Amino acid sequence: MNTGIDVPQIQRYGALYIASARLKSMSKWKAIIAAVDIGNPLFYLIAVGVGIGVLVEKGSGTSGTNGIKYIAFIAPALLANSAIAGVMDETVFPTIEGFKWRKLFFAQNATPITGRQIALGVYLSALCRAIFSVSVYYLLLIAFNVVEFGSSILLIPIAVLGGGAFGAIILYAAAKIEKDDQFFNILGRLVIMPMFLFSGTFFPLSSMPIYLQPIGWISPLWHATELGREAAFDYGISNLMVAVHLTFLSTLVAIGITLSMRQFERRLAK
Amino acid sequence: MSKPLISVRGLTKVFGDFTAVNGINFDVAKGESFGLLGPNGAGKSTTMRILAATSTRTSGTVEILDKDPEKFGPLVRAHLGIVPQEDNLDGELTVTENLFIYGRYFGLPKKFIKAKIEELLEFAQLEEKRDVKVQALSGGMKRRLTIARGLVSEPDILLLDEPTTGLDPQARHILWDRLFRLKEQGVTLVLTTHFMDEAEQLCDRLVVMDKGAIMAEGSPQGLIKQYSSKEVLEVRFGSDRNKEVAPQLSQMCERMETLPDRLLMYTEDGEKLLEQIAAAKLHPTTSLVRRSSLEDVFLRLTGRTLIE
Repeated sequence: MNTGIDVPQIQRYGALYIASARLKSMSKWKAIIAAVDIGNPLFYLIAVGVGIGVLVEKGSGTSGTNGIKYIAFIAPALLANSAIAGVMDETVFPTIEGFKWRKLFFAQNATPITGRQIALGVYLSALCRAIFSVSVYYLLLIAFNVVEFGSSILLIPIAVLGGGAFGAIILYAAAKIEKDDQFFNILGRLVIMPMFLFSGTFFPLSSMPIYLQPIGWISPLWHATELGREAAFDYGISNLMVAVHLTFLSTLVAIGITLSMRQFERRLAK
Repeated sequence: MSKPLISVRGLTKVFGDFTAVNGINFDVAKGESFGLLGPNGAGKSTTMRILAATSTRTSGTVEILDKDPEKFGPLVRAHLGIVPQEDNLDGELTVTENLFIYGRYFGLPKKFIKAKIEELLEFAQLEEKRDVKVQALSGGMKRRLTIARGLVSEPDILLLDEPTTGLDPQARHILWDRLFRLKEQGVTLVLTTHFMDEAEQLCDRLVVMDKGAIMAEGSPQGLIKQYSSKEVLEVRFGSDRNKEVAPQLSQMCERMETLPDRLLMYTEDGEKLLEQIAAAKLHPTTSLVRRSSLEDVFLRLTGRTLIE
C-alpha cells in the first residue's frame, strides 16, 4: 500500500490539482490566448474609439450616456464581455472534451479526485483565464486613455464576477448536454449575441422599449456593466441597485456551481 | 487464506429495463491475476467500473480493501490503478507531463513522482518518447503509457479493461510481456478480455461471463478440463456440405459444435478421429487438430463463440 497518498489532503485541494492541470493545458495555447486577448480589445477600441464613438458624439454629444465619452461608456461592457468570452472558452470546450471527446474527466475521476472537484477545478481555471483577459483589456483601456487609473481598477473584479456568473451556468449546461452538434451554434447565435446587443452594452438599457428590457435584467452582462460604470465613473446608480446587481451575480455563481458539481458527479458515476 | 482484496456478492446493475450485471459473486486474493472473460455486452466493463469505485450498483455488496467503493470512493480509488478500455490520456501533453499530472491527482510529492516516472518510462519502454506529445504515439505505446499511468501511485490492485483490444499482434505481445512482469512482481491484476488467448496467458483464475451472469469459474486449465475434451478436430467441408455430413460425424465423437464455416469435434485423440473420418470416405477440404481452449469452454457454456 502506498502510504504517501494523503486522501484528506486530496479532499481539500483536489479542485486545485484539477485547476492547475487545466492551466497547464491552457499554457499550450498561450500564443493563441494572448493574440485573442490583446487583438480583440484593440479592434474594439479602434473601431469604437475612432469610428462609431465619433459618430455618436457628433450626433448627440454625451447626453445619452450621462456625460461620459462614448468609448468610456461601453468600456465596462466590453470588459465584462471579454470575461464572459474567456470563461466560456475555458468551460464549454474542456467540459465537452472531458466528458465526450477525449474523456479526460473519466481519467481524473479514476483517482481519489471526485466529480465535484473536477467541476470546481474547471471553473477556477476558467476564472484565471478571465482574470488574464480582463487585466489585459484593462491595461489597454488605460493605455488608450479611456479610463483613468484609480477606482476603475474595480472594473477587473466586477468583470470577472460577471464572467463567473455566466460561466457557472454555462458550465452546468455544457455538462448536461449529451449531443454537442448544435450546442455551439445555439449558444453563440441565440444566447451570446443577443446578450451582447441587448444588455445596455452600446446604449442604456432604459432607452430600449420596456418589453426588451427583461433581456438585460436576466443578463449577467448588464449587471456587471452597470456595476462597472458605477465603479469607473460614478454613474449615479443607487446603493440599492448596486446591492441588487451584486446579489444577482453572486446568486448565479452559487446556483451554477451547485448544479454543475452535482451534474459532474452524476454523469461520471453513470 | 488471508482476506480477499476484492469481494463481490450478488452484484447487480440495472440500466432502465436492461440488466447489465445480474447477481454475480467472486473474490480476488492478494497477488492473484484474475480475469473476466466474455463477449462484448457480457457486463464485464460495467463490473469493472463498479470495482473502480466510479460507478454505482443497483444491489449486492462489494468490498475492496475492506471498504465499500460506493461509500468510500476516494479512499478506495487511492489504492487502485485503472486502465480503461478507451485511452483517455491528454494528447496535448507529453508522456512525462501525463504521468506527472496524474501522480499529482493522488496528492503525491513531486519528488516521488519524478523518480517514479523514470522507473515507469523504462517499464513501458517509452524512455525515448518522454518529451513527445501523446497524440503522436502509436496505439501500442498509448496503451503502455496508460498502464504506466495506472501504476504511478503504486496501487494495490491494477484494473485493466480490455487491455489489448485494437492492438496489432506485435503490440499485444509486448503488452502481455509487461503485464506478465507485473504479475511476477506480485501486483494483483484484474482484467477483462474477450480474447481467450489473453485470458489463458495472463490469468491464474477467471470467470466466464455472458449476459451479465457468471457461467463458470476456475483456472484456465481447470475450466478446459471440466468443460471440454483434450483435443479438438476442426473440419471444413465447404459451407453447404458441412450441414449434410454433420449428423454422421456427430456419431464419431463425444460432442460436436456446428459453426457456420466449420465443424468442431471434441475428442481425446484428434488424429485418430481424422483417420476414422477418412475411413468413412468423408474427405474434408481442410482439417486441423488442436488443444482445447477457453473458446471451446465458452462455446460449450453458451452455444456461442466469443467474437461474433
